[in-house]
This record gives sequence, structure tokens and C-alpha cells, in this order.
Amino acid sequence: MSLVLDNVRRQVGAEVHLRDVSLTLEKGTLNVLLGATLAGKTSLMRVMAGLDAPSEGRVAVDGRDVTGLPVIKRNVAMVYQQFINYPSLTVYENIASPLRVARLAKSEIDKRVKEAAKLLKLEPYLERTPLALSGGQQQRTAIARALVKRADLVLLDEPLANLDYKLREELREELPRIFAASGAIFVYATTEPAEALLLGGNTATLFEGRVTQFGPTPQVYRRPHDLTTAQVFSDPPLNTLGATKADGRVTLDTGAIVPAAGAFAAVPDGRYTVGFRAHHLMLDAVEGASIALSATVSVAEITGSESYVHLDVAADGAAHRFVSLVPGVRRLDPEMRITAHLDPHRLFLFDAGGNLAAAPDLARAA
Amino acid sequence: MARIVLDELAHSYKPGPKGPQDYALKRIDHVWRQGGAYALLGPSGCGKTTLLNIISGLVVPTEGRILFDDRDVTRLPTEARNIAQVFQFPVVYDTMTVRENLAFPLKNRRVEASVVRRRVEEIARLLGLSRVLDRRANNLTADMKQKISLGRGLVRPDVAAILFDEPLTVIDPHLKWQLRSTLKEIHRELDLTMIYVTHDQTEALTFADEVVVMYDGAVVQTGTPDALFERPEHTFVGHFIGSPGMNVLPCTVEGTTARVDGQTIPLAGAYPDLPQGRRIELGVRPEFTTLAAKGAGLPVRVKRIDDLGRVRIARVDLGGRPFAATVPEGVAVDGDEASVILDPTRVHIYADGHLVAALPAGATAA
Amino acid sequence: MNKTVNQKAWFLVLPVFVVVAFSAIVPLMTVVNYSVQDTFGNNQFFWNGVGWFQELLDPSTELGGRFFDALWRNLAFSAVILAIEIPLGIVVALSMPRHGWTVAFSLVVMALPLLIPWNVVGTIWQVFARGDIGLLGWVVNHLGVAYNYVLDPASAWITIVVMDVWHWTSLVALLCYAGLKSIPDAYYQAARIDGASRLAVFTTIQLPKMRRVLLIAVLLRFMDSFMIYTEPFVLTGGGPGNATTYVSIDLVKLALGQFDLGKAAAMSIVYNLVILAVCWVFYTVMVNADAEKKEVEA
Repeated sequence: MSLVLDNVRRQVGAEVHLRDVSLTLEKGTLNVLLGATLAGKTSLMRVMAGLDAPSEGRVAVDGRDVTGLPVIKRNVAMVYQQFINYPSLTVYENIASPLRVARLAKSEIDKRVKEAAKLLKLEPYLERTPLALSGGQQQRTAIARALVKRADLVLLDEPLANLDYKLREELREELPRIFAASGAIFVYATTEPAEALLLGGNTATLFEGRVTQFGPTPQVYRRPHDLTTAQVFSDPPLNTLGATKADGRVTLDTGAIVPAAGAFAAVPDGRYTVGFRAHHLMLDAVEGASIALSATVSVAEITGSESYVHLDVAADGAAHRFVSLVPGVRRLDPEMRITAHLDPHRLFLFDAGGNLAAAPDLARAA
Repeated sequence: MARIVLDELAHSYKPGPKGPQDYALKRIDHVWRQGGAYALLGPSGCGKTTLLNIISGLVVPTEGRILFDDRDVTRLPTEARNIAQVFQFPVVYDTMTVRENLAFPLKNRRVEASVVRRRVEEIARLLGLSRVLDRRANNLTADMKQKISLGRGLVRPDVAAILFDEPLTVIDPHLKWQLRSTLKEIHRELDLTMIYVTHDQTEALTFADEVVVMYDGAVVQTGTPDALFERPEHTFVGHFIGSPGMNVLPCTVEGTTARVDGQTIPLAGAYPDLPQGRRIELGVRPEFTTLAAKGAGLPVRVKRIDDLGRVRIARVDLGGRPFAATVPEGVAVDGDEASVILDPTRVHIYADGHLVAALPAGATAA
Repeated sequence: MNKTVNQKAWFLVLPVFVVVAFSAIVPLMTVVNYSVQDTFGNNQFFWNGVGWFQELLDPSTELGGRFFDALWRNLAFSAVILAIEIPLGIVVALSMPRHGWTVAFSLVVMALPLLIPWNVVGTIWQVFARGDIGLLGWVVNHLGVAYNYVLDPASAWITIVVMDVWHWTSLVALLCYAGLKSIPDAYYQAARIDGASRLAVFTTIQLPKMRRVLLIAVLLRFMDSFMIYTEPFVLTGGGPGNATTYVSIDLVKLALGQFDLGKAAAMSIVYNLVILAVCWVFYTVMVNADAEKKEVEA
């Protein structure tokens, strides 16, 4: 089946939750909705599920208009951030519950439950009740229940947000395999760019109720159409800085000068916003990283295998807050003065309207 | 202000413990120096809360002593220990203003009003609470309330130690790093011993000079964040710190080579005293393992490549076991046959989970 | 609003409307009907307009006089009950155990008086407090205190108050206990670390956190004590004299004793309105307290 949203708008009172969302989701695809809290991910999922009707626009399944059709008449399944299971039923009965409602034959139920349990590695726990399980296993149970229905549309609303990070890591690695084994349309909402990248498939970036871009995940990540998309798809936040192009060169507001070669050569003179991701701002001088920025350390956050270093850089008379993501453990004291390095081939250039003017890959190819 | 000594401390919630399995906290000997920033890190149920409760005086240990500056406080109640504690959820006195909240611990100890005033204002400045000092405490957001709780802990200049019990649980993710940097700054400005309990590696590694990693009731490593990353003393530390965690493979060691599933892996040192009859494993972090073309290193089968944006991680099969390696830029993977190259100086050998020290490679020949 | 709604759901609510109409609105209208008429028996009724109400609200008339006397008695009784039961309930709740097997034990003991019907409580105390065969009355009299609830108004009042306190303090205590249980342990630990005294813990933590349940306790105890009937009826029938004749007892005397249905109907309507008014005041106070709480979370 295919799900088409055509200019969907949803408004509650004066608040616009979704504006002019048009998406086409094909059978057997995984679609990530990426955006901050309140960007409209849950609102969009509720419209897709039929829990809410759009204020304007159309929702169609396989070309059939289902705009006002309530959820009960659609074949959808949903997994929430909270681990929602029946506490008094065993894992087996939890997974079987949608099939019992559908009055399937006993042997068929058994077959499907065992399949789902195998896929989600729940076989040893089938006779336990959900409360005797870890958070990760509880969420696996909820996912199994969503899959066993063989719904045409499976919606997962930040399913890993309530898990400890090691469990999240583990389940995140397995999800693509689990999704691939089913033929449904999967829609997966998350606030984390890293999760979108790991899941692959397609990504729709959401900002203030708008879908800013929709396409294959790596493409949206590497070639965002505009500044907003790049910001939504960056964690730590995208570093931005003003710049001016004139006389065949780009002058950053810090005073650094970049020769306008490659893709930069093609853009007209004027004011631009330069954007670069945290891992492209390096603390060690490496070949190619020719832009030096003198900075003051605010704090260094260490995640274990890498460090986020928050830096203050003076530019155009004001202090800019940049984040650098470096591999390994880097302990830097606050107030320390250091020099950070930036590769000019790694810069995005956005014009005054926020649209992409030049992307890194193009610059390198030239 | 005090040096804290844990002297052969152990605790069991069962009366008359028989073996190590009965202990919630296995024997621990440790010294925390005055003015240090420490973290207790481990998954839930590892015994860190028990240790925290012993330090704060809620639990009297079944064995051993705890000393604050050579004074035995093992059996003293909380109020007689001169400590401060910040809890998981904000504790504020609803009916008081922020100022009264911060002044409360000093007022109860009959500190002179002018001293109270000065100290409260200093702490409010450090925490960014100056603007709201005269507002009612219950009219503030969760992160402000948690700052008030922090402030009440910090306001007494003479405390032996400040204990933090997962203090950032209720804080919005994008505010967390600000509070982390605030905490670090405060630690530099005030000469206080701080002990931070958490299951979040980023919080622990960012905050502490020295991290105590606990697992199954025992301390498995105490060290700087760099040491935990580069030289995990226990396979659990390798797994828990870093994402993805350390690769661990069963192996045998002969001279300066390890054998894994028939393949030889060169080591930087020798292990002549390797204990017999124990589980011998090899550990290496994905960061120190690179994927290469077939034939360049240990043969592996590539199962999947995770593109994390800043880095690509290959999920491979090494002799039937899952293994993760970094994919360097410019390496393209065709088909599923490839190899991995391990940095010998970063390969560690473990016996029953514990790190075995290597002798320099030349030493064995002599 | 934009929900994919199903209007059929309204039919499910219909039976409730029917039941409410028959159980509340229809009987109430009968009372309103009586309150504007007079009767001399034999089912003969005469239109009296608002006559009964005018008389009732004018203390100089016989009807108005006895009504206001009874109303003041009611208010005084409720004030005494609240002044004793609320502080006593808090003290009991504070001294109840918070952990261990004694929790269940004390909860059961506390709940026991609440399970006894009003008239049984009245009867128990009527016997218990008698000077000749009652244990309490006999002991008190032999201690040299003149105590007789049949003859002495003060004795009657004290007996009814003690009876009510014995019967209902548990309810206040249990409500407060629930409020106290909801305070996380971290608060007590923090207070110990902050060096707070026992009194400071009570005023800065326990009392603010109990405020909402206390409001409910005050509301419940006020309404219940304001509508007291069974206990004084069983004990003294409203005596000695009119010492314990509360509005509800007077109502019954009027309606069943004198068969003045019109007066009784008018009185019961006014009585009802007084209760409604007081409930409205409490409701407003509680909603305001809630609104303040919301503002906090916003």
C-alpha cells in the first residue's frame, strides 16, 4: 500500500500543529520523522493513524481517500515512548492480544506470536509478565505486538527514548533488521539525528509543523536544502557564522579568508551564512584544515569514546558559541584558550533566504 | 571539607551473609581527597546507591569503617555528618522564596544574618539565580528548582562533602550541558569535595576528575576518564564506557601473539604469567580497529555499515562473533569479504574479565 | 473538534439523565410545591406564596426564631467539631507508623469506627454514658463530676461532640496520612541535612504538602457535621429542652411531629441552600488552590 498526505494542515484553536505537509510513503519503506520536541512529529503520526482528522488537506491510502476515516477502520499499529503492555498478561498473551481481538485461529495465533518473539529475541520470556522484564524487553514486547498484527502502517513514536543508553544502542542496531523482515510502511519519530542515520531509509525533517525536506536519509543529511534542515539534522547543533563573498573570496566574520574555489566560485557575491557540523571543527591541526579560529573553552563534555567541546569564538565583535566533536577523551579546563581548525572544504553556504548555495561534497568534487 | 576514607567497607542487606553473592556492596577500600570531584558510575543495581547511602548515613555498613578526616562517622546519623546532598528530584520548600530556601541550612545553624546574606547572594550568582531570588520557589521550572536544591547543598562553606544523586534526571536534554558546565565551574570556584552518582557515562566523565565504575556490587575500576577509555581494567568498563563498546573475543595467548579462532593477532607485550584455567579474552575498542580490504588483516564478513555521519562503523562477523570496526574515509566495501586491522598497542588481554598487565615484548626473551 | 468523532456516544449518557431526573429533580419539585402551600390536614392545600419563607427568615416570628436558634446551634457544633477533629487528625496521622507491618495494623484500627453506622454509634454512647448502668457515666459521676446528658445541656453537648470525634477523627487522620505518604523520602532527608527542627519539618514540608487533603477533610467534616441528625436523635431526641435540636432534628419535629409540611418544606429548602452556599465557597477555595498549582507548573 502507499500512504499519501496531500497539503495536510492541522490547527487546534489558534495553534497550527501542521502546515502544508505533503508526503508520499511507499510500501515496505522506513520513514524517519526527525525534529525537536513539539516540531509536529506526534501530530503528524496521529493524522496518519486517523486518530485526528486534518483541518485541511487529504490523506489517501492506495489512492482511496481516507481523510475522515477513524482509526478503528484502518489497519495501523502504534508503539509509544512509554512501554505500554497489559501488566496482568504474559508476554505471549500480550503479543497475541491483537490477534485474539481479530478472532484468528489458535494455530495461526501461535505461529505468528512465535515468529514475532523470535524476531525480537523474546522467546525465553514468553511466560513472564511484562513487569518482570527490563525496559528493553518491555519495549520489545510492545514492538512485537505492533508487528504481529501485520498492519499496513506501523507508527513508532520515539520508542527508545525511555531506555538506558546501552539498551538503546542494542535495540537501535536491531531495528533495521526487524523492519526489513516486514512489508509494512514504518514511520519512526525521533529527536536524535544519530538515530535517523542508523535507521537509514527516508527522513523527513520537521520544524514548527512543516516538513522542511524529505528524501533518502544520507542525502538529507549531506545535502540539506536549507539552513533549517541542516540545523534539525545536526547534533550537536550546527555551528553557524556570517560570511561575505566578494572579489573571488569568502571572508568569514572571524576575519578568516577562504579562497572561493570549487562550488564557492559559482555563487554570486553577497552575504551568506556558513554552517559546519561539530565534527568538522577540529582541535588538532590536520592537513587541509586551514582556517584557524582562536577560541575559549566553555566546557568539555566527555561521552566515553568522544568529547563535545563547547567553545566561544569572537567574531564581528560578538562571542559565538561553537561545538567541536572530537574522538577520544579530551579534558580541557573551562576558560582555557585554544586554537580550533576548520577545513574550508567542509563548509555549507546558505544564502540570505536560508537556501543552500554550496555544499561540502560539491566543493570537494571540484 | 574533608578527606573521605572508606576502610574495608562492605554491606549486605541479608543478616549473616555467607558468600560474596550475599553482598550488595563488596569490600571496598578507597580514599577521596579533599576538594576532588568524583563520580560513582554504574548500571542500576550495581551498588552505587548503597555506597551513597553509607556515605550520607542512611545505611550503617555491616563491615568496615568510614572516616571523614580521620573521624570515624560509621555510626553517626546524617545530620551529625556535616554533608550536603542533592537528590534526583528537586526538593524545594514550596512556601519559601528562593532566598529563604538557600538561606535555610544556614539559618538552622544560627549563622549570622549578614554572613547568610553574603553567602546566599554569592551562590545565587554562581547558579544564575540572582534574578529570581525573591520569587516564591514553587513558581519556577524544574531546572530552576533543581538549581535551588543544588544551591542549598552548596551554601554551607564548611560541609565535608556534597553528594549528588543523579541530579540531572529531570532536566531537559538541551539544558543539561549548561548545568554540567555550571557544576564544573562551581567545583573550580569552591573548594568542596563532590561525589556524583549516576548511570549516565557522559555525566560522570564530564563532571569528575576520577570516576569509580561499579558493577555487581564491586568497584571494577577507578580512574580518570582517559584511563577508562584507553585502558579499561575490566571488560565491563570496556563495554559500558563508549558507544559502541569495546569488542571482546575469547582467545589464547602464546608469547606476543593471541589466537582467535585460528587467526593470529600480534600483541604489543607478552603475558608469561597468564593464570591457568581462566577465561582469557582479548579486548579492543572499535576506535582502534580499522576495516581494510580483503587480505590486509584478519578476515571478516561485513554484515552492515552504520553511517553515523561523523564516522562509519562496520558491523562484521569475526569467526562467528559480532565485531565492530571503524571504516576510514576513502575505504569502500565491495561485497561482504573484508578484513580488520587491530592496533597492537591498544589490544588488551583479560583473565576472567580483569585486565592482565603486559610485559614489554623484549623482556621475555631475556 | 477535528477529532474523527462518533456522535452515537451521547445515547450512552441518556440513562444517567433519566435517573437523575427521577431521583433528584422530581422529589425536589414536590418539596418546592409544599413550601408555597398551607394545609390543615385531610389533603386540603391552600396557596401561601412566599409566606413561609418570609416567616422563616424573620427571627422575630415563632418559626424564624426556632430556625435561627437551630442554625446557630448547627454552626457552633460544626465549628467545635472542626476545631477538635482537624488538629487531632493531623497529630494522629503524624504519629502513625510509615513503614513495616504496623502500618496495616494501624490502618485497620483507624478504619474500624468508620464502619459503624450512625445509629449504632448513638446507641453505644447512649448506654456507655448513662449514669446508672453506663461505664463512662458511672465512673465520671463517682469521680464527683455532675454529669447527666438527659438533664444537663452541657453534658449532652459534650457527649455528642465526644461521640462525633470518636467516630470521625479517623477519617481526617487517614486523609492526612495519605497526604503524608505522598511526600517523597528525599524531602525528609533534605530537611535532616539542612538541619531543620521537627517543627520546621512540619511547617515547611508536611503542612504545605497536606494542604489539599486538609481542604477535602475540612469540607467533608463540615458538611457531615452540619447535617448531623442521628446521634442527637438517638441520645436525647434534641433535648434537654432544645439544647441539641439542630436544624435537621427541628425539621423532623415540624414535618412529622406537627405535620406542618409547608413550614418544613420551606425550612428544608433554606437549609439546603445554606449547605450549597458553603460548598460553593469551599469549591472556589479549592479551585483557586489548584489554579495556583497550575501556574507553578506552567
